[in-house]
Amino acid sequence: MSNLEQTASSVAFDAAQPSDNAVSRARTVQFEIGRRGLLLLSWLAPVVLLIVWELLAQAGWLSPQVLPAPSKVLRTAFKLAASESLLNDLGISLLRAIGGFTIGASIGFALGILVGFSRIAEAAIDRSVQMIRAIPFLALLPLVIVWLGVGEAEKIFLVALGVTFPIYINTTLGIRQIDPKLIELGRVQGLGTLDLIRRIVLPGALPSILTGVRYALATAWLALVVAETIGAQSGIGFLAMDAREFLRTDVIVLTIVIYALIGVAADAIARTLERRLLAWHPNYGGAR
Amino acid sequence: MTLHVAPSSTAASPAVVVTHLCRAYGSRVVIENLNLRIERGEFVALLGESGCGKTTLLRALAGLDPVDGGRIAAPRRPAVVFQEHRLLPWDTLWRNVALGLQVADVRERAAAALAEVGLGDRLDDWPRNLSGGQAQRVALARALVQEPELLLLDEPFAALDALTRIRMHHLVRELVATHRPGVLLVTHDVDEAIALADRILVMRDGRIAFEHRTSGARSIARAELLAELGVVASHPIPA
Repeated sequence: MSNLEQTASSVAFDAAQPSDNAVSRARTVQFEIGRRGLLLLSWLAPVVLLIVWELLAQAGWLSPQVLPAPSKVLRTAFKLAASESLLNDLGISLLRAIGGFTIGASIGFALGILVGFSRIAEAAIDRSVQMIRAIPFLALLPLVIVWLGVGEAEKIFLVALGVTFPIYINTTLGIRQIDPKLIELGRVQGLGTLDLIRRIVLPGALPSILTGVRYALATAWLALVVAETIGAQSGIGFLAMDAREFLRTDVIVLTIVIYALIGVAADAIARTLERRLLAWHPNYGGAR
Repeated sequence: MTLHVAPSSTAASPAVVVTHLCRAYGSRVVIENLNLRIERGEFVALLGESGCGKTTLLRALAGLDPVDGGRIAAPRRPAVVFQEHRLLPWDTLWRNVALGLQVADVRERAAAALAEVGLGDRLDDWPRNLSGGQAQRVALARALVQEPELLLLDEPFAALDALTRIRMHHLVRELVATHRPGVLLVTHDVDEAIALADRILVMRDGRIAFEHRTSGARSIARAELLAELGVVASHPIPA
């Protein structure tokens, strides 16, 4: 976490460099508190909040059934991890997310490529996709349950549905934004259609596609939370609903924390992909 | 009314022969019955006002636009350097130069071409780290690495500053002397045409209206060309 903070603050510093004004402003702040000081300050509020929460719980001001002490949540985490049931449920949730994401991303990408390249495909597909996109995909859940029941298929379907559209939209957008002069250059250099796609179209569309991937990771996670909350027999969401039956708020809070951590991890993966694949791009790889 | 690209193989053949070329956008005729022959190793500059059809001619020769009639006979696909460098920002310099190159030792060939334009130490650099002149030198290397028999230059130096442009003129002259492709340079800069070309054509209303071989006194050529372009009177008006 502190690593992530550091890169964030160094990026902010780099961004301030082009303007003299901004640089001098950044310097005065540094003289007053220092960069370490600012970093500490940014962590102060959450840490204080945690301590207050812990003290209130210890003093008995907070009923453990409303909100358990952070230390209690931590102990529960260790206990569940030791019994392997937590890791098991986590694994199942991750598999559902990965499976749904792979299917949804493949469909979105394939449709995006098709529509990006062919005006006929655009006329045939784009309007329908845009119409379906207008539905909040979670609203389809009751229908999906009727179709597929409350099993693995329903959960993976819901995740895939949430992932397809951001990938589709950003792929078509990326392809449309490619400079036609570069396509013309490819023709002049004698590239065939396949090489034209490989050397010019896909690399040109990649920044937009990766934006779609990042957005899709967030929706995939949201879809999974909803799907697992309804009629799951395993997974993190099941853990939470099961704990609700027994008023185990410590387990419920733990599952919420796990969802948050995995969300942060997914975003970090997406950022790393962008830095690696877009090393050429001044906005991504420039601050190496 | 079709375009014929006839392949020919003999070494003594011209770089390109254009006969009775026509091109119209709707009812507006841009190129009308144009004939042109460029030998290998010959440097031809094409002057003309904006909209006279010179870029249309170059794009037709490059195979980028269709023609409405006539015949373009070129032995091979020509190489083109555009006004903008058109480097792929996501590829390193050597991969940019190697774009479309189909030989076994692609990297070596690209490296040699980059060395020729004085960028042999920048193989793995990104295009965004180049100045305008350097980027245009890479574009030149990308065109010449294909070993074209016809090199088309579409105002490639127009966006460069005066000093860089002069350096580029020297470089182009050297490279053309080494590789000896036929060259068609489209420009609106009379001095550039005089500095580089063996033969200067002035295009007007879709035809080649004037032709000049640059062997004699350059100042005379300059006045004559400017007069043909309608910029100044060809003869001083008597007082």
